[in-house]
Amino acid sequence: MSEEKHHITPYRTHIAVLLALIFLTVITVAITWTDLGVWNTTAAMLIAGVKATLVLVYFMHLKFDQKIYTYMVLLVLAVFAAVIVLTFFDYLNR
Amino acid sequence: MHLHRDDTASKIGMWLFIFTEILLFGGLFIVYAVYRYENQAAFHLAGEELNVIMGTINTVVLLVSSMTIAMAITAMQRGNKKMAIALLYITLLLALIFMVNKYFEWGAKFEHGIFPNSEYLLSLSRGDILFFGLYFTMTGLHAFHIVVGAVFIGFVIYYIKKDRLHKENWQLLENAGLYWHLVDLIWIFLFPLFYLIH
Amino acid sequence: MQENLHTHQEPSYLEYEGKHKGLGAWIFSTDHKRIGLLYLYTILVFFGIGVILGLLMKFELIAPGHTIMGPQTYNSIFTLHGVIMIFVVVIPGLPAVFGNFFLPLQIGAPDVAFPKLNLLSWWIYVTGILLVLVSLFTGGGAPDTGWTFYAPYSFETTTNMLPAVLGAFVLGFSSILTGLNFIVTIHRMRAPGMDWFKMPLFPWTLYGTGWIQLLATPIVGITLLMIVAERTLGIGFFDPDLGGDPILYQHLFWIYSHPAVYIMILPAMGAISEILPTFARKTIFGYKAIVISTIMIAFVGYFVWGHHMFTSGMSGTALYTFSLLTFIVAIPSAIKVFNWISTLHKASINVQTPFYWAISFIFVFMIGGLSGLVLGSLATDVHVHDTAFVVAHFHYIVFGGTGFAFFAALHYWFPKIYGRMYDSGWANIGWMVMFIGFNALYAPMFYLGIAGMSRRYYDYLPEFHSGNIISSLGAFVMAMGIVIIIVNLVRGARHGEKAEGNPWGGKTLEWTVPSPPPLENFEEIPTVTKGPYDYSS
Repeated sequence: MSEEKHHITPYRTHIAVLLALIFLTVITVAITWTDLGVWNTTAAMLIAGVKATLVLVYFMHLKFDQKIYTYMVLLVLAVFAAVIVLTFFDYLNR
Repeated sequence: MHLHRDDTASKIGMWLFIFTEILLFGGLFIVYAVYRYENQAAFHLAGEELNVIMGTINTVVLLVSSMTIAMAITAMQRGNKKMAIALLYITLLLALIFMVNKYFEWGAKFEHGIFPNSEYLLSLSRGDILFFGLYFTMTGLHAFHIVVGAVFIGFVIYYIKKDRLHKENWQLLENAGLYWHLVDLIWIFLFPLFYLIH
Repeated sequence: MQENLHTHQEPSYLEYEGKHKGLGAWIFSTDHKRIGLLYLYTILVFFGIGVILGLLMKFELIAPGHTIMGPQTYNSIFTLHGVIMIFVVVIPGLPAVFGNFFLPLQIGAPDVAFPKLNLLSWWIYVTGILLVLVSLFTGGGAPDTGWTFYAPYSFETTTNMLPAVLGAFVLGFSSILTGLNFIVTIHRMRAPGMDWFKMPLFPWTLYGTGWIQLLATPIVGITLLMIVAERTLGIGFFDPDLGGDPILYQHLFWIYSHPAVYIMILPAMGAISEILPTFARKTIFGYKAIVISTIMIAFVGYFVWGHHMFTSGMSGTALYTFSLLTFIVAIPSAIKVFNWISTLHKASINVQTPFYWAISFIFVFMIGGLSGLVLGSLATDVHVHDTAFVVAHFHYIVFGGTGFAFFAALHYWFPKIYGRMYDSGWANIGWMVMFIGFNALYAPMFYLGIAGMSRRYYDYLPEFHSGNIISSLGAFVMAMGIVIIIVNLVRGARHGEKAEGNPWGGKTLEWTVPSPPPLENFEEIPTVTKGPYDYSS
């Protein structure tokens, strides 16, 4: 049984995404030597998050697939995030 | 048992497997997060031992390889068998470059006496020991997944050549792509966490 | 009934002959029903071994001091008892046996989504078991850390940890693949007309359980690999000398092992939700509430693991957060109990063996669950942590819960699986003997724990002697009950009276096919128009 798997991502979309990813990589390396104090790590993680989102949405095709896949990904990330947060309830308050 | 081929089932299955991999690495990320929080200065210093240029090159290498395998799917959907195979071979080549870089990076560390339980490492601070323990474990597990992914892609190339995968049947290629993107995703986070602590 | 024609036309899955013969026809079969039985027989064998290990412990504990073994042996025995019961018996338990056998039947499918992967799951399971067994007979002797493998002892002990830890890792893979298979099956293979809220409750629990298997197991997987890295590479993650934190091990271990108990109990609750309406001859009370409770248990269950660590040295914030979440997760379970009892209210009950198991399940599960609140409350937990109270709690809820539900399911679905009936007189006697023995075995442990008797010790103070005598005698009574039950079922499978397609008058799809079912389950995939448990017609 096949679905509406008719969406074909054009090559130029892939190239555009790659360029964005490389650009973000350059930024994240450059920020490393800018002193943002405690925000350096946050900035690095945010940029990594944006890169990851691009990979998920375009390369892994979430944008063009049925919503269920996106919901599942969000669920898994939410559970994982909650587990880290709860673990830090311990470590932050020792 | 003659069940009709269900590509959507196959795709969901692959995504579910990817979730298990996220949680598998997730456990190590938790360990990293806790120990970095407890040893911030040591992690900062230890991070400087890593070569940012090598790390950046490897990051770009994997990003490009993600693009090439995604393009291979487009090629398959358009019935362009030769292009698909070529793009997959490029993906494999990039994987090889990544592994070669890794080999040199690790080699350099070993030469400096830095490896788990080495005399030199044990003489350093606890934060250093934890940093390098995490470095070898996480990049090592990641490299293992690159090898697995490369083997998977190898099989896909073989099936495409044999026309078992083609314009009307390419779910296995998409699945290999998903797996490969996962490997890329993990590195997207490993890179700043190990190389860009300054 | 039409079925008689079918059974003559098509061989049942038991008789079917494909390309393999003899044993190969079973261990290479991708038929979900045969795979379910492969799991059943493996599980029963290892359950038996686990029971024997338990009996050896109870023999030792019948008197203070050295009775039949010394402390090192005792430590290895409770370790092995835990590893086998948890990883080999209860976690695969209901999903691997009844999930495999009945999920496709209950949703109107010819098999699971990935039959070959299903067979691979069983083979991986067997490999894991073999690795665990290897740890007994090689190296420095059987592991003695407890099934929890706590650091730092687990990387310092000279006993043979590596095969045991790797075995547990491999067993985890089997669990993950089963969960994956069931999730996809439920998404893709429900019969036409069976939307999510027309699906029976057992598949719902398999769905929730599948997600737990999928998301939680990898964390213990990587944690076990970290133990391997500690032992082989001295990696230092949990070694204080190298900067590591043993409490972090506990966090990682319980992040899986708490959700694991929901892997154990959700399908058990699902089976009870199947059995009660059938014998009450009345639809389940509050179907939607039970579905939502299932999802809530699966979800909230991820966030309570710290209640295993109240005395470990965690921060105060962690302590009260986990305690609060633990109380919250109890609520959906209570909702289910309420709904089960309400199902029975004003019902005309057909009292049969599965029904006895189901109501005794509710009884022991409640005791186990309520004792969990004592443990979930910080002030009382400090007093009873690591005592016999905890042992009583988890045996009531795991053995009483999942174990009783397993026997309930076995007696309920037996006629469908084998096409024969067991002797219900002996089945009921077995149930009664086991129930009495079970309570005599575990109830005293609540008292002993509060009085101060430690768990995982081969010895105890003289004041705990009489409680232990009752408990140990109870163990042997219970074991007799188990023997009666198993022997009765084996005889039933071999020589029992032939059973019809729907001996209990059930309303779910498995009862519409012959007993035992043909290979492909349904001659024609049904189109579903009604919800499950519809007794209105």
